[in-house]
Amino acid sequence: MTVALAFEIGLAALLLAIAAWTITARDAFTAVVVFVIYGLLLAIAWVDLSAVDIALTEATIGSGLTGVLLLGAAARLRTIAAPAVERPSKSLRVGAALLSAIVAVALAGVVLFLPDPAPTLAPAAAANAVATGLDNPITNVLMAFRAMDTMLEKVVLLLALIGVWSLVPDRLWDERVSVERNGPRRPTDRDDMLVFLARLLPPVGIVVGLYILLAGANNPGGAFQAGTILAAMWLLVLMAGLADPPPLSRRWLRLVLVAGPAVFLIVGLGGLWLGSAFLAYPVAFAKPLILVIECAMTLTIAATLGLLAGAPERGAER
Amino acid sequence: MNRALDILTVVAVSAGAFFFMAGTIGLLRFPDTLTRLHALTKVDNLGLGLIVLGLSPHAGGSLGVLKLVSVWLLVQLSGAIVAQLIAGKVRQSGPHA
Repeated sequence: MTVALAFEIGLAALLLAIAAWTITARDAFTAVVVFVIYGLLLAIAWVDLSAVDIALTEATIGSGLTGVLLLGAAARLRTIAAPAVERPSKSLRVGAALLSAIVAVALAGVVLFLPDPAPTLAPAAAANAVATGLDNPITNVLMAFRAMDTMLEKVVLLLALIGVWSLVPDRLWDERVSVERNGPRRPTDRDDMLVFLARLLPPVGIVVGLYILLAGANNPGGAFQAGTILAAMWLLVLMAGLADPPPLSRRWLRLVLVAGPAVFLIVGLGGLWLGSAFLAYPVAFAKPLILVIECAMTLTIAATLGLLAGAPERGAER
Repeated sequence: MNRALDILTVVAVSAGAFFFMAGTIGLLRFPDTLTRLHALTKVDNLGLGLIVLGLSPHAGGSLGVLKLVSVWLLVQLSGAIVAQLIAGKVRQSGPHA
């Protein structure tokens, strides 16, 4: 057994154990912390499989941003007195266990009986990489070969934000929300260390985010990871109380939020008009067009994710 | 020269791994939050620093070394500040909150 194989087996065992811990943890806070660790280890597993793009996404979104969202949810749940939860009846629990077991067995069966070699479009994607002028095959797939999926993903993200916004009390719609959100937070309450970090880290983080955006053309990286890093920097500044989240009714904010899908849609329609199909890029301009879309998408993703994680909460009404 | 660099790598990475192990044992065995933080900061600073030192001959030139050192500095920054934040909370609300 080689060292690499031993490492992989150990990592897989650790992942399974931590996944089980996430599910069985009694306390929501513990479960979230373990879930974040799970995401980071999963990122290492993706690196081990040479899927660096997915590793970056897992670390930034799966572990980082989702972790912030879940931690916020856990903290809010803790302040609400736990209502007396009825224990579901025994037949219901047995039924749920049975259904879960069937799904698990079916999934295991699907994985075990995959045709060998597994059906793949990877050679086709690699062979047509010249068409876009980008060297990163993942970006090629995301931005050109399956551009429709990526565009609709951004629309879904926007819909999620609209869903969160529709739960915001009317009163908070137009005001500065930070005071209501964080309780009375005066400058004297600020945590000095957090403020220090929020002043020191964002310049570095913004450079890293922009680098990941631009590197995405030829190396692992891209709009989603870059946008998440920028959102994280924004959230850090918000958490430290150095800036207030913008009022939700601001026009520039909404323009930023729709910029990504809008640019994508315009380029797509342009393809219908000038070229052969919706989202067909003219070959000569494929690379610059993709970069323009990615830049717009990065802004949109950063703003959307920042607002999702830092959304004013319904409970603030009280 | 190459042999010497390889020896440096082995020694430094092993020492780094030792600090990680010691820090983990401290995290598991020390009685309260503050002493556990104390164990963890050693891991961030020394353990990772030694591993970065050990890996730098193989990082492929000065740019690679620069990247490794930046990672180390960023981890130190965030580690130190998170330790301060946790310790501050402990001081506010008592060790068992």
